[in-house]
Amino acid sequence: MIPQFLWDHAPAMAVAVPLLAAFVCPLVGKYTATGRKAWVLLAAAATSALALFTAWRVYTLGTWVYVFGATVPALSVPPDSGGIPIRIIFEVDAMSALMQVIVAIVGFSVILYSLSADGKRSGLEAYYTLFLLLIASIVGMVSTGDLFNFFVFFEISGLASAGLIAYRVEAGRAVEAGLKYFVVSTLGGIFMLFVIAILYGQYNALNIAMLAERMQFTVLDKIALVLIIGALATKAGAVPMHFWTPDAYALAPSSVTALLVVASQASLYGLFRFTFTLYHLSLNAATVGWVLILLGVFSMFVGVTMAIPQKDVKRLMAYHAISQTGYMLLGVGTGLAVLGNQGMLDAFGRMAIAGGIFHIINHALYKGLLFLTAGAIIYRVGTRDMNRMGGLGHKMKWTMIFFMIGALAIAGIPPFNGFASKLMIYESVYLFNPVLAIIAMVVSILTLASFVKVFHSIFMGPQLPEYEHVKEVPAPMLLGMGILALLVILFGLFPQQVVDLLITPAANALLDQSGYIASILGGA
Amino acid sequence: MFANLPYLAVATLTVIGLSTVLLKRNLVKVTMGLNILTSAVNLLIIVLGYREGGIAPIYTLAPQTYMVLPTPQALCLTSIVIGVATTALLLSFTMVIYRKYGTVNVDEIRELRE
Amino acid sequence: MQMSKIVRLSADIMYPFVVIFGLYVIMHGHITPGGGFQGGAVVATGAALVIVAHAFHDVKAMIPKILLYLQESGGLLLFIGAGLAGMLLGFPFFFNWLANSGSLFGMPVPIGPNPGELNTAGFLPLMNIAVGIEVWGGLTLVILYMLSGVGKEGY
Repeated sequence: MIPQFLWDHAPAMAVAVPLLAAFVCPLVGKYTATGRKAWVLLAAAATSALALFTAWRVYTLGTWVYVFGATVPALSVPPDSGGIPIRIIFEVDAMSALMQVIVAIVGFSVILYSLSADGKRSGLEAYYTLFLLLIASIVGMVSTGDLFNFFVFFEISGLASAGLIAYRVEAGRAVEAGLKYFVVSTLGGIFMLFVIAILYGQYNALNIAMLAERMQFTVLDKIALVLIIGALATKAGAVPMHFWTPDAYALAPSSVTALLVVASQASLYGLFRFTFTLYHLSLNAATVGWVLILLGVFSMFVGVTMAIPQKDVKRLMAYHAISQTGYMLLGVGTGLAVLGNQGMLDAFGRMAIAGGIFHIINHALYKGLLFLTAGAIIYRVGTRDMNRMGGLGHKMKWTMIFFMIGALAIAGIPPFNGFASKLMIYESVYLFNPVLAIIAMVVSILTLASFVKVFHSIFMGPQLPEYEHVKEVPAPMLLGMGILALLVILFGLFPQQVVDLLITPAANALLDQSGYIASILGGA
Repeated sequence: MFANLPYLAVATLTVIGLSTVLLKRNLVKVTMGLNILTSAVNLLIIVLGYREGGIAPIYTLAPQTYMVLPTPQALCLTSIVIGVATTALLLSFTMVIYRKYGTVNVDEIRELRE
Repeated sequence: MQMSKIVRLSADIMYPFVVIFGLYVIMHGHITPGGGFQGGAVVATGAALVIVAHAFHDVKAMIPKILLYLQESGGLLLFIGAGLAGMLLGFPFFFNWLANSGSLFGMPVPIGPNPGELNTAGFLPLMNIAVGIEVWGGLTLVILYMLSGVGKEGY
């Protein structure tokens, strides 16, 4: 029923198909523009199908190891290598599978949206090439089990994002935002290369499982830990390295912004992978856990307080993205802080990690939905300034409903998915330290206040005369937003099923370092 | 001291590169600083692969078989290619900013405010 | 701005030698230092040499941009096609399906120090050629785009 080809090769195809499609895109685009749209949609659908198939197989059958360039895909330790895994190995465990589900859903919706939202720009063959490259690099970042391969995909995503942010030159402002983002991202990449040099020089291995087995926590490893947390937290948008986020998210085209959110979360995945799987208990779990918790608390607080006085709707949403990243860091940091203590880990540590991970997928869905609705509004109205908008609810009914769903989800109101993940975080963090849970709840209330203000100023009020001609946005954009809104509602109505099927295996896979090592080195 | 000379060179280049990126006000100099920083890291990677008395890891017409490690050289090559692409993109951004804003001074490129 | 006659003439004479050397570095990537990116950069340097020696506005019309675009896309497609071709035979992605097989580049690699056989190493020379073509096209396009922003006086 399912071809044997897919059973053998799906993780590599999930990276190869968007790469191939990106390289063919300029050739197709030179002849027909409609052909290019069809080609891009086909490529996005194929990538999403492959990523979802990989995730399904990993959830049902366990970790999938795929070796590039061996005679058989599962041959991680060849007989003439002396017991060392020698090639580039993709190791897809449950946590990677969850990230692949996120990329599949958001990537397909965003490309569907962008077919009509960006259809009238010039220079489109470069745009879609970079778009497909960004999707390929995110899928690669979350599947790989090799440190240097992670760095290469990290740099590809930085280059592709910088090109996409600066795409609409717009009198130079978008290029300034792209420049800020790119300098910060390149500095992060250079620090990551320092970490690779330090770890390779000490242990003569680049494979994450091999390094995890050989890790003794020397002084150089402490330096490497600090550098890698710094580099990856910068790319994820945590405070105090958040200053590129408002400019980059506000000035990029809206479909690109929704995908940049997923790219930031892939860096967050990298942070969790390195602290939990590479170092595990060899680091001082309480200290590093508290560092992540402090980063999370500052991100939450600074994000939401800087969001309240904003006039630019996408800049406001970008600050809220920083604040929600703080929730994820708070949840997973709590789990890391109790990693050494088995009793506390079973009582609330697993639930904290599960809450943080659940928040990742929820945030990708509702933040993507919010950015796409903001893009729809800007597409019709032509300005990003909220003081000049008003009364759009009369004409743009579907957009208003989608925005309301997204705003209620981000504030954590019951039938939507934000409530489920935030409740898990509140409960577990309260058992760890009550002050943190109270700060999280206050931030949630401020988020609701800020979105009520946005909703009122954009959609409510009398119909303004200059917006008489505004009608609803075209169907592909509504369809893209509709997929995300439907999932927001479904995840909110059936949270227990989602947690049991998707989140708990991912949290267990993150905590299980010996299983990760055994998949590659064969149970030693 | 001479055995540690390459590591001292890496440290010096890193400090020079980092201070250029953080302290200089001209965008072209920031790009140059990032280039110096990339060179420092590439030097560190290659130096870590050195073995005393080894020759270059090429089998064609090789006088002996004791060679330095080849893997760091492949890593460094990939990093140099990424550095070229980064420099090209940063310089293109600088050109467009100069055409639109009329200046390449970082203090004056402040259109995006709070 | 045009350079003096000596510089222009020297650039014209040196250009074919630089291109031949770059192609040599690309082709022999698996036996001597070099390979795809290095050789492609050398060939692009040859193109840059000619562009800098003559005034850009005179040379602009003679460079076929469509050929460079095709080089860029064609090189990338050849690279990923060589990786995917192994999958059609049932092996994983990027499996070296030409090595030790007797066909193109299929001679077995001699062990230990040797005089260097060109016919070895499977699809690595193919990938070197693909990357070399792509880098040649890509870097020349970068130089052309950057120079087109320069005015007639040279600044």
